[in-house]
Amino acid sequence: MMPPDAAEMHERPLIDIRNLSFRRGSRLIFDDISLTIPRGKITGIMGPSGTGKTTLLKLIGGQLRPDRGEVWVDGQNVHALSRSALFALRQRMGMLFQHGALLTDLSVFENVAFPLREHTRLPESMIRDLVLMKLNAVGLRGARDLQTAELSGGMARRVAFARALALDPMLVMFDEPFTGQDPITLGVLVRLIRDLNAALNLTSMVVSHDVAETLSIADHLYVLAEGRVIASGTPQEIQAESSPWVRQFMQGLADGPVPFQYPAATLQDDFCLSMTHSGARERST
Amino acid sequence: MMRHVLNVLARLGRGVLDALARMGRWFVFMLGLLPALPASLLRPRLIVDQIYQVGVLSLQIILVAGAFVGMVLGLQGYSILATYGSAESLGVVVALSLVRELGPVLTALLFAGRAGSALTAELGLMKSTEQLAGMEMMAVDPLKRVVAPRFWAGVVAMPLLAALFSLVGVLGGFAIGVGLLGVDSGSYWSQIQSQVDFREDIINGIIKSVVFGVVAVWIALFEGYDCLPTAEGVSRATTRTVVNTSLAVLGLDFIMTALMFNV
Repeated sequence: MMPPDAAEMHERPLIDIRNLSFRRGSRLIFDDISLTIPRGKITGIMGPSGTGKTTLLKLIGGQLRPDRGEVWVDGQNVHALSRSALFALRQRMGMLFQHGALLTDLSVFENVAFPLREHTRLPESMIRDLVLMKLNAVGLRGARDLQTAELSGGMARRVAFARALALDPMLVMFDEPFTGQDPITLGVLVRLIRDLNAALNLTSMVVSHDVAETLSIADHLYVLAEGRVIASGTPQEIQAESSPWVRQFMQGLADGPVPFQYPAATLQDDFCLSMTHSGARERST
Repeated sequence: MMRHVLNVLARLGRGVLDALARMGRWFVFMLGLLPALPASLLRPRLIVDQIYQVGVLSLQIILVAGAFVGMVLGLQGYSILATYGSAESLGVVVALSLVRELGPVLTALLFAGRAGSALTAELGLMKSTEQLAGMEMMAVDPLKRVVAPRFWAGVVAMPLLAALFSLVGVLGGFAIGVGLLGVDSGSYWSQIQSQVDFREDIINGIIKSVVFGVVAVWIALFEGYDCLPTAEGVSRATTRTVVNTSLAVLGLDFIMTALMFNV
């Protein structure tokens, strides 16, 4: 039986975001949002483009600093940590950037070996075995000698996934993993995220605006819009949500609370008045 | 009219604010890089790789340019010296011009065009493709892993390239002066041996090239690290690297020449 404090720790969410506000220039990206990411689950963060989903990942990783509020990861306040403590925490977090962010001067093998070489003093034979195991997990053991320029978009994301797993992290954050992928690659990525999360006892956080794929793998979902959490719950609960915001997003409606037209002057101002002006000009000439 | 004046003032204010912000970022970059420099010396392999990139790959342009500059000095020097009947001093004219001035300065300008622009573009692209952000998320400090080895490589490579530039230039002057124009070979070399002072000329030339190396590589790395992560941002940063390095090198050369040679 686990000691009480360890059991309590295990029950506590891995990520706890409390009253977070973040501003970029004059634009308010997050307005006092709070959310939690439970351990061992896949949590989806959805919302239209530009709602700050990627920004949220960067705030969790400590790459950005909030204007207000706190981000707690595994019991540590990310923005109160020293640089070395933050780097120690990051070694336990993997992140997949939208385009992989693979190091273009290194081969596939060396990309996956990169965190191991930087943070461990393992012998070369062990690094080789570990890298091949990670690459095997994403189905790319045979691609070890390819250069990153030779990879398709989907392969690059799988290599980035293998690299994120290199140090056996507790958390993997996926930034738009499904964007721009063909159906086969989509299926592969969905399966990989689901299977590896279960097999490696990870906690996964998937930021995406691909509704179907995210619904199919997430245990829990948050929907963000206009700097706030507008809905949260299981995929079934989100689908049953009646809020017009959520319905517009989930059903992909062109117009709704997120308007089709970018804010502009009224049609009357733009067309009727300009006709009046041009008529006046013609008369004066 | 009033609106026009206000617009000019606003633009001026924006320019001053941008310049101050840039200085601030430069200072932050310096504060981040300085502590990373000693630590990166513990990984000489990374520095050697970069010396190949910025040094060895610049050899071609440096050697060819050095040879042509030496040959032009041979032609010009001979035509002037012959007027005064002292064509035998051609060696010393060529050698001093190269070792004191042209070697360090032209090498730095060529270095900015060849290696500096490449460093800026490389770092800029790493930034725009999120490679630097990715490294940070892997708990690897890009200043330590990427920037510092490139800095050391530039500082090591610049004086060596300048020395090779001067060497090839002296040989180029020899080929033209002795081979083509009939200057005595013994005079060419003996004049160099007797007139070129190790401390006064060669050491000062080396000091210049080290300073230019630091300046060139620092500007290149800062511009790459600081650029906007877009195609236009990288292209502008690359241009700024070449322009700013050239101006800084020429300005510093004037100051150092005044200080070193007591003119």
